[in-house]
Amino acid sequence: MAKTHVTMKVNGAEVEGLVEPRTLLVHFLRENLSLTGTHIGCETTHCGACTVDLDGMSVKSCTIFAVQAQGSDVTTIEGVANADGSLSALQEGFRMMHGLQCGFCTPGMIVRAQRLLKENPSPSEEEIRIGISGNLCRCTGYQNIVRAIQYAADKINGVEFKEAAE
Amino acid sequence: MIPGPFSYHRPATLADAVKLLSTLGDEARPLAGGHSLVPMMKLRLATPEHLVDLHGIDGLKGIRREGNRIVIGAMTTQHELLASDEIAKSLPILHETALLIADPQVRYRGTIGGNVANGDPGNDMPALMLTLGASYRLEGPGGGRDIVASEFYQGAYFTALEPGEILTSISIPVPGAGHGYAYEKLKRKVGDYATAAAAVVLTMASGKVASCAIGLTNLHETPLLASDAAQAVIGTSLDAATLKKAAIAAEAIMSPAADARGPVEYRKHVGGIMVTRALTRAAGRAS
Repeated sequence: MAKTHVTMKVNGAEVEGLVEPRTLLVHFLRENLSLTGTHIGCETTHCGACTVDLDGMSVKSCTIFAVQAQGSDVTTIEGVANADGSLSALQEGFRMMHGLQCGFCTPGMIVRAQRLLKENPSPSEEEIRIGISGNLCRCTGYQNIVRAIQYAADKINGVEFKEAAE
Repeated sequence: MIPGPFSYHRPATLADAVKLLSTLGDEARPLAGGHSLVPMMKLRLATPEHLVDLHGIDGLKGIRREGNRIVIGAMTTQHELLASDEIAKSLPILHETALLIADPQVRYRGTIGGNVANGDPGNDMPALMLTLGASYRLEGPGGGRDIVASEFYQGAYFTALEPGEILTSISIPVPGAGHGYAYEKLKRKVGDYATAAAAVVLTMASGKVASCAIGLTNLHETPLLASDAAQAVIGTSLDAATLKKAAIAAEAIMSPAADARGPVEYRKHVGGIMVTRALTRAAGRAS
């Protein structure tokens, strides 16, 4: 099958590559660009490990063809740290609140949570849980992921993070 | 999992898309949000030779009011439906239903047009469209036509779409002010299709049901209108005996498949329960 030339912006940098139409965005990111932070979990659009930000939307990059992202603006986990390289509020939240154990779901969780907080800077616990309902975690039981996102929201909003009573 | 090879087309106009689909024939599929088609392609259950991506066409997106109807472009995503004030105000049941579809990532991509046109009995919007009395605009090589949702579904994945036709918009009459509504969906987990689901739109007058429509999802190879069940509640105050009667009337037309969501008898049983819950909640919202 003839290859197609694609160009897009990934984590602020213009990138290009030759792909077959059937190449999934996640494969383009991992194999052509060597950005292996975006994980492939279930491959059936359920688990959310492959979540990236595409033109302001959280999407599962295993269910979009790279050719469909032509001209788009993509952010992956490699692009979420602060400009000076320090941890973003969400990354810090996941670290401080133990929002991960094995870490496999974490890139998708953080990229998704970043979009969630952009759309809703002060989400309730329920809104966080609905917001990350497309991301599966098999380790944490989600409790510490929710806390991590609450921590990040408070940090971004400049208020002191107080853990809810157990 | 990697889909089979295909050629990718991204037409800029509807006329070009129709032309491509009619010229390329059976081996071409239109690509909307792709969240039904792409997973099927990865499993090699679908192996189209050509994909005609509809994302490059202007004018297939958007929500607008035309008199007392709401017209929704086929490529409008579930996320955009949820963000729309017009939908929240005029068609709150559509908002409620969209929120029960899949998960946030899928809703950013999944479109209402794809949901209604795919003909998958598990999709939630078709039964809702029957309940609301919606119609679909189809554009094909021979021109455009309108078809009511109740005549669109012929079997699982079989619809009234002719070769080369594309569903371009959905037109929904706005239910009257004060109507009650509910979409009750039983599912095993977030992202699952319904084990059983029921949509209800009704109006009440002096404590009695004045009008009612009931739709059923994933309880037959096509979405169903439970007309006898709806008839059974009109003129009543939805007492327990009437609710039971409505559930029995609805169960009588259900013929779900036995699958991982449960055996036939279970799915019919919970289907009846979805009907009674939706009726009760809709009545509570009516004024």
